[in-house]
Amino acid sequence: MKPKTMFEKIWESHVVHEEPGKPSLIYIDRHLVHEVTSPQAFESLRLSGRKVRRPELTFATMDHNVPTTLRSLPIADPISAQQIETLRTNCREFGVTLFDLDSPEQGIVHVIGPELGVTLPGVTLVCGDSHTSTHGAFGALAFGIGTSEVEHVLATQCLLQERPKTFLIEVRGQRPYGVGAKDIILSIIGQIGTGGGSGSVIEYAGDTIRALSVEERMTVCNMSIEGGARAGMIAPDEKTFAYLRGLKYAPKDFDAVVARWKNLPSDLEAVFDRKLEINAATLTPQVTWGTNPGQVVAVDSRVPNPADFADPNERKSAERALEYMGLKAGTRISDVSVERVFIGSCTNARIEDLRGAAQFVRGKKVSSKVHAMVVPGSQPVKKKAEEEGLDRIFKEAGFDWRESGCSMCLGMNPDILKPGERCASTSNRNFEGRQGKGGRTHLVSPIMAAAAAIEGRFVDVRQYRSN
Amino acid sequence: MEPFQKLKGIVTLLDLPNVDTDQIIPKQFLKRIERTGFGQYLFYDWRLLDGHDLNPDFEMNQQRYRGARILVTRANFGCGSSREHAPWSLEDYGFRCIIAPSFADIFYNNCFKNGMLPVRLQEGQVEEIFQRVRRSPGYELAVDLVDQTLKSDDGLVLRFQVDGFRRHCLLNGLDDIGLTLQYEEKISEFERRAAR
Repeated sequence: MKPKTMFEKIWESHVVHEEPGKPSLIYIDRHLVHEVTSPQAFESLRLSGRKVRRPELTFATMDHNVPTTLRSLPIADPISAQQIETLRTNCREFGVTLFDLDSPEQGIVHVIGPELGVTLPGVTLVCGDSHTSTHGAFGALAFGIGTSEVEHVLATQCLLQERPKTFLIEVRGQRPYGVGAKDIILSIIGQIGTGGGSGSVIEYAGDTIRALSVEERMTVCNMSIEGGARAGMIAPDEKTFAYLRGLKYAPKDFDAVVARWKNLPSDLEAVFDRKLEINAATLTPQVTWGTNPGQVVAVDSRVPNPADFADPNERKSAERALEYMGLKAGTRISDVSVERVFIGSCTNARIEDLRGAAQFVRGKKVSSKVHAMVVPGSQPVKKKAEEEGLDRIFKEAGFDWRESGCSMCLGMNPDILKPGERCASTSNRNFEGRQGKGGRTHLVSPIMAAAAAIEGRFVDVRQYRSN
Repeated sequence: MEPFQKLKGIVTLLDLPNVDTDQIIPKQFLKRIERTGFGQYLFYDWRLLDGHDLNPDFEMNQQRYRGARILVTRANFGCGSSREHAPWSLEDYGFRCIIAPSFADIFYNNCFKNGMLPVRLQEGQVEEIFQRVRRSPGYELAVDLVDQTLKSDDGLVLRFQVDGFRRHCLLNGLDDIGLTLQYEEKISEFERRAAR
């Protein structure tokens, strides 16, 4: 039998209908829904008299818009409140399970899917959100879709899809101290560019990836979209199975299912359309300097000079980015100071992220020039962190400790930067105005963000190794 | 969905690569639950000063581009978020065709669901259009999806390719859900198989 990639195995087992010259009709096993990209889809269903075909495979929560302050208070912004109320009404009317604001399971959709065991190896999973690639960390084929496609999945439980290309990124070698999963993926995006993965599903492999925890793998897969890829995925293994066992929606015949999941990894001789190898030993903590995630350098280097870019469009883009970011070419990254620190988002707001940052922060104080906040990815993450006393460590150091949601990753709720404010952020996008109009975002790992909060500027966390 | 067959219109320029969907439509406008009325928020932070006056430094705002139906831009247009509000705002503002060397996947896909045609050309061809547009105010292109060509009165003729199925749906304004429901039997059969 022809050797297959993991992507091919999942894709082929989900084809409902295929004919030459047309996209394939593939079946969708799990559909996650949130308040921002779903109202128009539900409204169209209503107008055309259609139903949700498989409400039991559809799971909703509110995350993008929600305040991270006290949940008992009403939502101040009436338009946000209406969007949230609309999701409630739609879920009730169409019979969709909702993890509402007061639910102990509420959180960022890409954090709660895995926590609940909704995300499983071998499934196809979609959501009207580009960071759906996160779920690929379990060996699922997971990708973001637009609102028209949300409606399509609600109505038919299928999607018409062109078959993407396959792209293998192998990361090998010992990852140095201070280099996290975030640094791995930022380095990859720096190398391939923000459009480098277009049309492809990336499989991350190699001993460095295997050595990552399940949560670290989610960080890597999460930012696949920042490299332009359709999806990112990592083969499931014992760590994956251990993570999933016993979760609310995990299969009841778990061992039998695990035996099937073990067939998912790409065959040894499987052929990929493209391959890239990364040597983990050479990786460094990363900091973005520009206005897209591919504009990234090592913390111990300098802001690049636009004149050094060969491509005229990239040069122009770099010039504009430096102007927006208020940075001069040649400035040491470690001389760049910050006023805000945000630890949160679907990239880096899981318990291990918070543990890593808390360990760094313990016994220290946030710089008097910095306003720092921690926004746990979900209510279960928040609860666990509080059980472990992480909230006290953060609060004693001077961090704000908030309720769960997307928060300042995109600033749809009240958590935004003021014009000109500079932020070390564990989120995934440093686009102009992403965290608030005129705000300047630098993407970093959780421990780099924690260090920036303490020092009031970017610091190379590798220097703390001896301590 | 409104079919797209032919379109002749003024061309406007956005001379930047990697234009992300946060620039096309910023997050504060994603709270609305309607599908229409997003055009006023298009390129909000670039096009407008403090939310109302036109920014004179934003090329698209020049009088010569008034009423443009075609947007020509650089590589990787529409990267970032999956928000379909991006094509909704472009369409509502008046654009029905976007020309670039490349597009982000989700954005590209979302365009077709809204009766908009994204056209991929080579970098050099896009550069050629940029130069011609800058030379002649009111420059127009005729986009023909039937024979997949772009033509102008000054003799420019460029061919482009759109995948056959997408082209068919756009030419006829076909609704995907309707097409998929023709395979209802196959979907049910798949579900029966999966349940075993």
